[in-house]
Amino acid sequence: MSEPGVVREVSFRGGGFSPRPRRWVGVVVFVVLIALAEWGTRTGWISALTLPKPSDVLQTFRELYSSGLLFKHLFPSLTRLAVGAAMGVSVGICVGVLIGLFSYVRSGLVPVVAAIFPIPKIALLPLFVIWFGIGEGSKYALIAFGTFTPTVVATYGAVDNVDRTLIRMGQSFGLSWFSIVRKIVLPGAMPGILSGLRISLAIAIILLVAAEMLGAEYGIGAYILEAGSLYDLERLFVGVIILSVLGVVVSALIGIAERRLLDWRV
Amino acid sequence: MEIELAGISHRYGDFEVLRDISISIPDGQIVCIIGPSGCGKSTLLRFIGGLERPTSGHVLQLGDLPPDCLNPLTYIFQDFALLPWRTVAGNVSLVLEDHGIRGRKAKAVIADVLSRTRLTDFSDALPRQLSGGMKQRVAIARALAVNPAVLLMDEPLSALDSQTRELLMDDLVTLWSRQPFTAVYVTHNLAEAVRLGHRIVVLSRRPGCVRDIIEIDKPLTERKFGDPDLDICQRQLWQLMRDEARAADSELIDV
Repeated sequence: MSEPGVVREVSFRGGGFSPRPRRWVGVVVFVVLIALAEWGTRTGWISALTLPKPSDVLQTFRELYSSGLLFKHLFPSLTRLAVGAAMGVSVGICVGVLIGLFSYVRSGLVPVVAAIFPIPKIALLPLFVIWFGIGEGSKYALIAFGTFTPTVVATYGAVDNVDRTLIRMGQSFGLSWFSIVRKIVLPGAMPGILSGLRISLAIAIILLVAAEMLGAEYGIGAYILEAGSLYDLERLFVGVIILSVLGVVVSALIGIAERRLLDWRV
Repeated sequence: MEIELAGISHRYGDFEVLRDISISIPDGQIVCIIGPSGCGKSTLLRFIGGLERPTSGHVLQLGDLPPDCLNPLTYIFQDFALLPWRTVAGNVSLVLEDHGIRGRKAKAVIADVLSRTRLTDFSDALPRQLSGGMKQRVAIARALAVNPAVLLMDEPLSALDSQTRELLMDDLVTLWSRQPFTAVYVTHNLAEAVRLGHRIVVLSRRPGCVRDIIEIDKPLTERKFGDPDLDICQRQLWQLMRDEARAADSELIDV
C-alpha cells in the first residue's frame, strides 16, 4: 500500500556494458601521444637516446620515400606476406573444415595442432632454411606455418558452432554432402573464420620480420634489423611504423570483408 | 501417397522412448500427433522423414509420388531453419539448386510459391528483417517449392506468438483447401490439433505409445476460432492427457 506524501523518482540503474564506436577518439590518442613525444624531445625532457624526435622520423621516412628505397623494401615484404599467408590460411581453412566434419580427422589432428601451436615458429627458421633454402621458400614456409595453426583452430571452432538445425534442414531437403558444406557449413562458419583471420594475419606480420632477419637484402624486416644493429633509432622507428600501418590496413581490410560477407548478421 | 508406420519402437540405451507405434497417414489428410513433453513425438517425426532410424519397426511409403515431386518427405521446422545469409528467394532457391532447377524455371517456381504464401513483395529481404510469422511462411514456401508428397511439420507454430499462430493456421487451412496435401503435424498445442487435424493421434507419456486416435469429421474450412464443437473435442483430448502431462512434468530429465 502506498503511503501518501512520499514521492520518489525511480533512479536509473540500467545502461552501460555496450561499447559503441567513437571514431575520432582513436585519432586523438595518436595525435596526443606523438605531440607529447615531439614536445618532450624538443625540450630535452626526453633524451635523444631514449626516443627519436617524431619530426626526425618523418624526415627519415621522406628520404626513404624519395630515394625510392621504400618500395624496394615494401614490395618484397608484401609479396612474402601475401604468398605465405595465402598458403597458410587456405590450407588452415581446409584442415579446419575437415577437423570440424570428420570424427577420425578430428581425433587424429587436434592433438597434432595442439602440439604445433605453442612452438615459436621463429625457432624453426633454421630448419626451414635447410628444407626450403635461404631464398624466398623458407620465408613463405615460416609465414605459412605460423598462420596455419591459428586458422585451423578458429575454423574448426567456427564449424562446430554452425547451427545443426540448418544442416538437418539441408539433409531433409536431399541436398548433397558437398552442397551442405558449401552452402550451409562454410557461410555459417564465416564469422568465426574471419575473426580467426585477424589473429593469423597479425601473426603473419610478426613472422615476416623474423623471416627477413635471415638472408634478406630487401624487406621491412631487413631494414629494421639493419637500423637496429646501427642503433639508428629514426630508421628503426620508420620501419616499426610501417609495420604498424600494415597491421592497421590488414585489420581494416578484414573489417571491409566482414561488412561485405556478413551483412546478413543482425 | 500414404505413409504407414509399422511397429516402431525406439530406445536410447536402456532408455525406452517409443513402444510399438503403428499409425497410417492417409493421402490428402493432416494427421496431428500430440502428447506430453518428452513422449518422443518429434523423434517419431524424424523417423518418418528418415533423419533418424528407429531401433525396430518400419516406415513405409505406399503409392506413387505426385508428378514433379523433388523431395517426397519435406519438413517444416519449429525454428524455421532459414539460412540467415540468403534472401527469401535465395532460401527457396537453395532447395531447387540441388535438383538442377536454375534460371528461368527456378524463378517461376519461386514466384509461384512466394505468391501462394503472400511473400512476393519480400523476395529480396533477409531473414533478420522478417517477423516470426513471415519467417515460417518462407519455410512453408520453401517446402512447397519441392512439391512434397507429405509435409512433416514439427511444432511449426510453437515459436510464434498467439495472434500470429491464428493467422498462420488460417493460411495453412487456405493452402490445404486450395490443394489438399498430406501432412504429419506434431504439436503440444491442443487448439492447433483440433483446428488442423483430420485425425489426432494421442501419445502417452514415455515410453510413448498410441493412447487413442480421434477423428474429426468437420471440414477444415468450417472450423473457426472458438468453435464449440472443437472445444468439446479439445476438452476430450485434455481429459486424456492431463494426468500424463502432470506425471511427465514431474519427471527428471536425464537424456
